[in-house]
Amino acid sequence: MSESAHISIRGLSKVFQSGGQEVCALSGIDLELARGEFVCLLGPSGCGKSTLLNAVAGFSLPTSGTITVDGSIITEPGPDRGMVFQEYALFPWMTVEQNVAFGLQIKKVPRPAIRSKVDGLLAMLHLDEFRKRYPKDLSGGMRQRVAIARVLAIDSPILLMDEPFGALDALTRRNLQDELLRLWTELRKTVLFVTHSIEEALYLADRIVVMTYRPGTLKRELAVDLPRPRDVAGPAFNALKKELSGWLMEEQSRHNLEEFRGATGD
Amino acid sequence: MKRYRHAASGLLVPLAVLALWQLLASRGWVNATILPSPTQVLVRWWAYLRPLEAFDPTQGSYLRWCFSGELIQDAAGSLYRVLTGFLLGAGLALPLGLAMGYSRLAYGLFNPLIQVLRPIPPIAFIPLSILWFGLGNPPAIFLITIGAFFPVLMNTVTGVQTVDSIYLRVGRNLGASRWTQFTRIILPAATPYIFTGARIGMGTAFIVVIVSEMIAVNNGLGYRILEAREYLWSDKIIAGMFTIGLLGLGIDTVMSRLSSYLLKWHRGLEQG
Repeated sequence: MSESAHISIRGLSKVFQSGGQEVCALSGIDLELARGEFVCLLGPSGCGKSTLLNAVAGFSLPTSGTITVDGSIITEPGPDRGMVFQEYALFPWMTVEQNVAFGLQIKKVPRPAIRSKVDGLLAMLHLDEFRKRYPKDLSGGMRQRVAIARVLAIDSPILLMDEPFGALDALTRRNLQDELLRLWTELRKTVLFVTHSIEEALYLADRIVVMTYRPGTLKRELAVDLPRPRDVAGPAFNALKKELSGWLMEEQSRHNLEEFRGATGD
Repeated sequence: MKRYRHAASGLLVPLAVLALWQLLASRGWVNATILPSPTQVLVRWWAYLRPLEAFDPTQGSYLRWCFSGELIQDAAGSLYRVLTGFLLGAGLALPLGLAMGYSRLAYGLFNPLIQVLRPIPPIAFIPLSILWFGLGNPPAIFLITIGAFFPVLMNTVTGVQTVDSIYLRVGRNLGASRWTQFTRIILPAATPYIFTGARIGMGTAFIVVIVSEMIAVNNGLGYRILEAREYLWSDKIIAGMFTIGLLGLGIDTVMSRLSSYLLKWHRGLEQG
C-alpha cells in the first residue's frame, strides 16, 4: 500500500436489502489509484462496477471498509469527485452554457470568471456554436460533451465515469474517447472509468481491473503499457484483448454454472 | 396554400351547421322564441356589445365610451373574478404543493385532509360561501379559488415527487446545497407539471365563475344569460354563451402560449 495513492479503497463490501434477502453486491475490494492514473473497471453488466463507482462518488456508503481520497474518508458526494453519467443527465431546462456554468455558480465564482471559464471549456470541447441550445436539440455525442464540460468546469482532481459512451454509436464513441484522452493528457486528472467494453478499456486505460459477478470482487488486474494512440488492429492490442476476453468468458461460464446449480436446487 | 385549404376545410362543418340552423329558423320549423335564427343572434350580439348611450364627451374619453357596452362590462367582470380567484388559488396551492412534494412530513400532515376535501365539487361550496361571504364578488372569488386550488396543488405535488433522481445526484455531485437543489433543480424540473395544473385550474375557474355568477353576483356573463332567460331572450342567451366560449378559448390560448414559451426547453411527454 503506497502512501501516495490518490484514491484508496480498502476491504470494501456492500450489501443490499432486496425483497427481504441480502444481496452481496461487492465484497472485499482493495484498490488504489495513483494520482493522474487512468483506471478502467471492466466487467459484465450487474457485476457491481457501477456500485463501486457510486461508492467512490459518495452516493452510497459502503457496508464495511473505507474509501479515502488524499487520506480522508468519503462520507458524501462532493465536487472533488466529478461524475459523468451514462444517461448524460444534463439539466434540460438549462442551455448548454448554463449547464456548464452551474457548478461554478454553486461555488460562487465571480461572474466574469465563470464566463471566461465557460468560454474556454466550450471551445475545448467544440461546443461554441451550440452554447445557446437546449439539450433536447443536441445529439447524444454532443450531450455527453456538454456533460464532460460541466464536470471539467468544477476542476475536480478526480473524474468518475459511469459507462459514459455506452449509448453512443461506434464512430462518435471513438471520437469522444480520443477527446477524453486528449483532455486527460492535458489536465492529468485521476480517472476511474466503468465500462463493459474490452476494447474501450484497452484503448483508454493505464490499468484495467476485471471484476467478478455476485459478489463483485476484483478478479484480476492488467497494466496496459502500449503507447497512445493505441492501434486497435495491432497484434499487441489484439493479444491483450484475447487475454481479457478469456478472463471474462471464464467468469461468465462460472456465473452461468452457478445460476444453473441454483435453478436446479443443487 | 396547404394552410389555407386546411383552414377552409375546418370551416366546412361550422358553416353547414349554421346554414341548417338558419334554414330551420327561417322556415319556421322551430319556435323562434326557443331557437332564434343565427342572424337574429348576431343582431342581438351587436346590440349587447354596443354602448348603451350616445357618445358624450363630458362623460369621459371616447375609448371609455367604446367599452361601456353591457357585454364588455360583463366580460370584464367575469374576467376579473376568474383572474383574482385563480391567482389566489394557484398562489396558495403552489407553496403548499412544493412543500408536500418535497417533504414527506408535510405530505403526511396535509394529504389526508386534502384527499377528503378534493372530491367535493366547488359548486357544493355555494351554500357555505353565501353564508360566509354574502353576495357579490367575495363568494364568487372564494368558489373560484377552490376550483383553481386543487388542480394546481395535485400537479405541483406530482411534479416535485417525480423529479428524476439523477438530476439531484448531479446536483449533489457538483456540491449544490439543499436550497440550490430546490430552486435550481426541483422547481424547474417540476414546471411542466405545474403548468399543466395551472391550465386545468384555469379551466375549472372558468366553469365556476359562470355558475357563481348565476347564483351570487348580479353582473357578469353567467348572470346575464340567466337574466335573459327570465325575459325569454333566447337570442341574448345564445350570444352570451358564444361570448363565454370565446373568452374561455382566449384564456386557454394565452395559457398555452405562455407555457410553451416558458417551457421551450421541454421535449414534451416523452421527455427523458
